[in-house]
Amino acid sequence: MKIQILGSGCAKCRQLAAVTEQAAHEMGLTYELEKITDVTRFADFGVMFTPALAVDGVVKVSGKVPSLDEAKKLLS
Amino acid sequence: MATLTLNPGARHELKIFGLLAAVFAAVYFLPVGQPRFDGAVSEALELTKWYAREHVVLCLLPAFWIAGAIAAFVSQASVMRYLGPTASKPLAYGVGSVSGTILAVCSCTVLPLFSGIYRMGAGLGPATAFLYSGPAINVLAIVMTAKVLGAPLGIARAVGAVAFSVIIGLLMAFIFRHEEQKKVAAVIALPESEAGRPLRQTATLFAVLVGILVFANWGAASQTTGFFATVFAAKWLITSLLGGVLAIMLWRWFKLEPARIATVAAATIITAIALPGHPTWPFLVAVLGLAWLSAGRDDEAGEWFKQAWDYTKQIVPLLLGGVLVAGFLLGRPGHEGMIPSAWISGLVGGNSIASNLFAAVSGAFMYFATLTEVPIVQGLVGSGMGAGPSLALLLAGPALSLPAMLVLNSILGLKKTATYVALVIAMAAISGWIYGLLMV
Repeated sequence: MKIQILGSGCAKCRQLAAVTEQAAHEMGLTYELEKITDVTRFADFGVMFTPALAVDGVVKVSGKVPSLDEAKKLLS
Repeated sequence: MATLTLNPGARHELKIFGLLAAVFAAVYFLPVGQPRFDGAVSEALELTKWYAREHVVLCLLPAFWIAGAIAAFVSQASVMRYLGPTASKPLAYGVGSVSGTILAVCSCTVLPLFSGIYRMGAGLGPATAFLYSGPAINVLAIVMTAKVLGAPLGIARAVGAVAFSVIIGLLMAFIFRHEEQKKVAAVIALPESEAGRPLRQTATLFAVLVGILVFANWGAASQTTGFFATVFAAKWLITSLLGGVLAIMLWRWFKLEPARIATVAAATIITAIALPGHPTWPFLVAVLGLAWLSAGRDDEAGEWFKQAWDYTKQIVPLLLGGVLVAGFLLGRPGHEGMIPSAWISGLVGGNSIASNLFAAVSGAFMYFATLTEVPIVQGLVGSGMGAGPSLALLLAGPALSLPAMLVLNSILGLKKTATYVALVIAMAAISGWIYGLLMV
């Protein structure tokens, strides 16, 4: 699956990346992680509130960092 | 001839070497012992201590809780309804100009939101209004400005930010009215709406929190009689009563255990009795008690703590750095830092158009991390900056910086970015000049 983290690089975006990777790792998923920091690309996803997580092109959460359990639900 | 190509490993090691060399050079040539340098270092520490004693507990901590409450309890999604593609234009301008309080605190949230409102939402005008006012009217900025720099400047900043954001937004929309903005046809991904509590309860919670902040920081009046003086005499009584109301709300609405709430209340009262004349200590005990009550919980109170704590972690290091730098460079009123006061009063003293313009231009290009504009403006005023230029700096500084201009350029293109920057500088300089005339 393709995981994309949208954010400009502040602490919340790094937290989102960390939680998502941990969840994917614990679920044993094969994934490709892309960090998107270019503000002009956010609109292509419809994202206005960062950090945001997109799985296979679909935005799953935006504006907050999910807990590990929430992240697992979003990835399944 | 072998070319000097560096593999990534070597480049990394060279960076470390460069850093060590720079630190060594700085320390080798450190002008310790020269009066101006020693004085500046001492000023940096004095200013930081003053902030810690005067502003952190009574002002900054409650402000973090308020900011956290906004993030946790106010639905961003419902605000976005007014900034979306189908929103009515007048409403979008109005909402854009004040929603910075609710939607954003740091620059990393302002720019994606601006880009979204511009390309997917209500368009260039309302997006620009949001872009300008957002960094200027966030809760923490207004509270700290009013507390440290005085209520008139705090109010002028808030009013100026809102008023001129609408004006700048309208001007941008008018100047570029012939450019058909190709809207991105994407569905805006909104954060989930928290099923939340009735608006009445949220509003009351905010009223109580803001009340605690206002009364705990109520300044001494110049006269000993009259409304302001009477309130000042009763400020701690009022603050304690509001604290009691908060405790009841925590019990009835947030369902926190009454035994734990009572423990915090008891600790606060005991501290107040043990240390009369030092209200900062029981206040601190109460704030820490609130953190203990709400931390780690899975419910709304836990979310409130998490948001408040996130802001604290993000902003305290930046503010600390800003205060140290401001103290080192500018000192406190009556004490110079590295920069002689004469330079400051020469460049931005008085209320000429030139000083206001210089302050506005410098502010537009300089980067201010959240809240750092407060100690820096404080230092500049102490070194001789006029009241007008200080407002000009507050209106242009947080809204723009050279890095932000580069990002805006990638979103808007050069013409619109340059127009926006010019409008901000002009508005900031003019309002500073008017404020300076009014404050004489």
